[in-house]
Amino acid sequence: MVESALKLERARYERSALVEWLTTVDHKKIGILYFWSSLAFLLIGGLLALLIRTQLIVPDNTFLGPQTYNEVFTMHGTIMIFLVVMPLNAAFFNFFVPLMIGARDVAFPRLNAFSYWAFLFGSLLLLSSFLFGAAPDGGWFGYANLTSSRLYSPGLNIDFWVMGLQVLGVATLASALNFFVTIVNMRAPGMSLMRMPVFVWMTLVTAVLILLAFPSLTVGLVMIMFDRYFGTNFFNPAAGGDPVIWQHLFWIFGHPEVYILILPPMGMISEILPTFSRKPLFGYTFVVFAGIVIAFLSFGVWAHHMFAVGLGPVPNAVFATTTMLIAIPTGVKIFNWLGTLWGGAIEMKTALLFAASFIAMFTIGGISGVMHASVPVDYWQTDSYFVVAHFHYVLFGGSLLAIMAAIYYWFPKMFGRMLDERLGKLHFWLTLIGFNLTFFPMHFLGVDGMPRRVFTYSADMGWDLWNLVASIGAYLLGASTLLLFVNMLTTLRKPADAPADPWDGRTLEWAIPSPPPAHNFDVVPVVRGRDAFWIEKYGAEEVVGPAPERHGAESGHNPHNPHNAGSGDEAGHGSSAGHGQSAHIHLPPPSWFPLTTAAGLTLMGAGMVVHATESLASLGFPIVGLGIAMVVVSLLGWTFEPIHEESHA
Amino acid sequence: MTRGRLWKRSLVVALLSLLPVIASGCAVIGGSPQSVNRPAGDSMRKIWDLFVPIFWLSVLVFVLVTAILLFALWRFRRRPGEDRRPEQLHGNTRLEIAWTMVPAIILAIIAVPTLSLMFELDRDPGPDALTVRVIGHQWWWEFQYPEYNVVTANELHVVVDRPVRLEMDSEDVIHSFWIPRLAGKRDVIPGWNNVLSFTPEEVGTFPGQCAEFCGIQHANMKFQVIVQTQEEFDAWIRQQQQPAAEVPADPLAARGRELFLTPANACIGCHAVAGTDAKGQVGPNLTHVGSRGIIAGGVLENTPENLAQWLRNPQAVKPGNKMVLPRQLTDEEIEALVAYLMSLQ
Repeated sequence: MVESALKLERARYERSALVEWLTTVDHKKIGILYFWSSLAFLLIGGLLALLIRTQLIVPDNTFLGPQTYNEVFTMHGTIMIFLVVMPLNAAFFNFFVPLMIGARDVAFPRLNAFSYWAFLFGSLLLLSSFLFGAAPDGGWFGYANLTSSRLYSPGLNIDFWVMGLQVLGVATLASALNFFVTIVNMRAPGMSLMRMPVFVWMTLVTAVLILLAFPSLTVGLVMIMFDRYFGTNFFNPAAGGDPVIWQHLFWIFGHPEVYILILPPMGMISEILPTFSRKPLFGYTFVVFAGIVIAFLSFGVWAHHMFAVGLGPVPNAVFATTTMLIAIPTGVKIFNWLGTLWGGAIEMKTALLFAASFIAMFTIGGISGVMHASVPVDYWQTDSYFVVAHFHYVLFGGSLLAIMAAIYYWFPKMFGRMLDERLGKLHFWLTLIGFNLTFFPMHFLGVDGMPRRVFTYSADMGWDLWNLVASIGAYLLGASTLLLFVNMLTTLRKPADAPADPWDGRTLEWAIPSPPPAHNFDVVPVVRGRDAFWIEKYGAEEVVGPAPERHGAESGHNPHNPHNAGSGDEAGHGSSAGHGQSAHIHLPPPSWFPLTTAAGLTLMGAGMVVHATESLASLGFPIVGLGIAMVVVSLLGWTFEPIHEESHA
Repeated sequence: MTRGRLWKRSLVVALLSLLPVIASGCAVIGGSPQSVNRPAGDSMRKIWDLFVPIFWLSVLVFVLVTAILLFALWRFRRRPGEDRRPEQLHGNTRLEIAWTMVPAIILAIIAVPTLSLMFELDRDPGPDALTVRVIGHQWWWEFQYPEYNVVTANELHVVVDRPVRLEMDSEDVIHSFWIPRLAGKRDVIPGWNNVLSFTPEEVGTFPGQCAEFCGIQHANMKFQVIVQTQEEFDAWIRQQQQPAAEVPADPLAARGRELFLTPANACIGCHAVAGTDAKGQVGPNLTHVGSRGIIAGGVLENTPENLAQWLRNPQAVKPGNKMVLPRQLTDEEIEALVAYLMSLQ
């Protein structure tokens, strides 16, 4: 009865598969779109990394040439940060945050779809620069006045970078707002803040970081745009401007950005280690507050990227101290993860191996970060290969290893199929060895005085050996990443037979089928403690903290069983699905407007790039106008779109 | 083979494969002319002496974390078929306080020498110091000695055991001045007047290069610091102060001089030779170019063959650099120009 009613409800929106994906507002589908898009970009970014390592494999190499090399390292960094790690995190935010807090969707489903399409189109705008032979070449950090003056960067390269990042920034801000509201407003009854899974906590903290940090990048990019297009002189020293202002604006964004990239993976680790140890996270409160403290401090450390700028010893001393302080909450997290494993019943699945290796690799990146905090040492290490080693231990050894763990952990829930464990373990070992072979020797190159961002080096510098080793490691790493794709693609051809709870999970997403139905929960679950699903499975002696205050919590709930539910407080859910009356679950209707709004926004950016061309400049502003018109019409349509009386939007 | 043994064996293999990398790393690093672990100036020596204890503290932390991690993974692993649920332990406040305090103490230990050395490095070297103005250009370095009225390019001559005070500015974009064996980096920013001071402690030639991405030829913005005794330095200064304006006796060089000074050939639009009509300020000052060891931002050694190669097609040697010839020079012209430039001792 329930099923047929649901089908009836959904039949109204039956469309072709393509239209379904283009117009979807389902957080799970959007999560899957993010997932595959960013994995595709991972292949592009990885390929660029292999080009870098091929150019540097021997001294005086002429494989790429300076211009191409500069484009390649710029795009490698930009892609890996904005098009891979952030959207991979977003893929998991989208798919799992609503499930983990017992919600049926995010707070603003259409805004969510808009975020995805703006991300995709912004990425394509950025990547399209390759087609015009004008890929950005100013570094991912885009230091003014090299980037802000057409005198020093005459081509379209930087224009693509500025416009692409602006579109991506809008997507990111919209998404952060959405998840902030979702987590604050849409938690299931009983899911108090201190009962939220740590991944949800870290998503919330990341959303706040994005909301506070991205405006600074936006402002900086607008200033570069005005300097390049309209003759302003924000960063032009000849006219009284100062290029160092860009560095402040960029790193006020850029350092929190590091935590935007690493806090969600820390959340993933905090889910995966407990699951495979069959123990709750050790020191939950400390881990959560450590994350909050890291986020707070991250706004007070930006100038540690600028120790060599010459701000003077007093500012440097302040920023060195705040930077060292960040190591304390980070250390607390690491010890709590070790405490989680300690005394557990650890199951050596691929996800656990990746998560455990995260702890060791991230520790290396963390302690080399402390070295940089020592200002005099940083005078040497900054802009040398030592720093390249450091942040790859943080962003690959940290973020990406954790994301790999999350892929193995959550793939069954997303696609209903278990990834192959043998192939997974091979992938893990090759990744761990290839990663260390690539990046550990870069510490040595740093000691040997090799600067970053150089397209070549001469044979008499004595840097050949470690560059060769790093390049071999990079090829190994590339091959291991292909194994992940082989694993995923072969697994997707198998029947979808994954159980709802393959890992003996602790959080709510494991309470529902794999993959979850469109409406997620037949009945909104009532949460009786941390590790809500574990408590449902193994009993109430595990309950931590006070029982839920809301009504309907006294009976024993099994989220599997819709007939066993109380009439949970549905405030904020927009639908009232009590007592198994699933027919009343209203899903937000699909919509074209998020996609068209995002397309209009991207068109505005593309028009600005066209305006900077020599031959087609006159077309530029008309295209921008078209984009604006498209955004306005789409937003009007969005506003007046007939929505179901009980839709979430 | 059971799963546990497979796990153990692969772990051993992985660790063993990393060991040679790390071990050989310790043996093979330090051999570069830019290796910071062989400091030749007071500044870098103090930095390295600060780094070494921080390094060993780091090794200690890493070994501790990894040992606990590996032990926990081994000791608490679930064997095949084993299905136990451990005690659901939620935390331990005493432990939390302990592992909050320990990093705090370690950081305090690092912070004290860090801050004191930072202020020390920033101290003014005093009136005895040799002052040099450093001007960054895309992609070469200009060095001016105001007290001696000497201008040179890509080669910084300083005196051993005498403090040097570099006043740095940029002509175009942001660069960063770095001589790895002598001192840390200091950015060279247009409109700023950054100062970097250090005392070279060893006679010799020390390569350095730009450390802030500054455009297409950032990799080839190199220079050399030549640390000399006071007598050698004085001799060098005297030689640089000589006018190099006379018409050379060698007819080939004289022909080269004529070519160089012909406005249509555009050389003097960018380059200066003191005492002649060549007063260009865009490219390196060539008054004593023949006495220099390197040219083209440190890409080439200064030999007649290399100079000829450069004049034949500078864009082939260093793509994107700012030297653009109005026309292709003939072999005869190149030969004459090389003879002239080499005569500018």
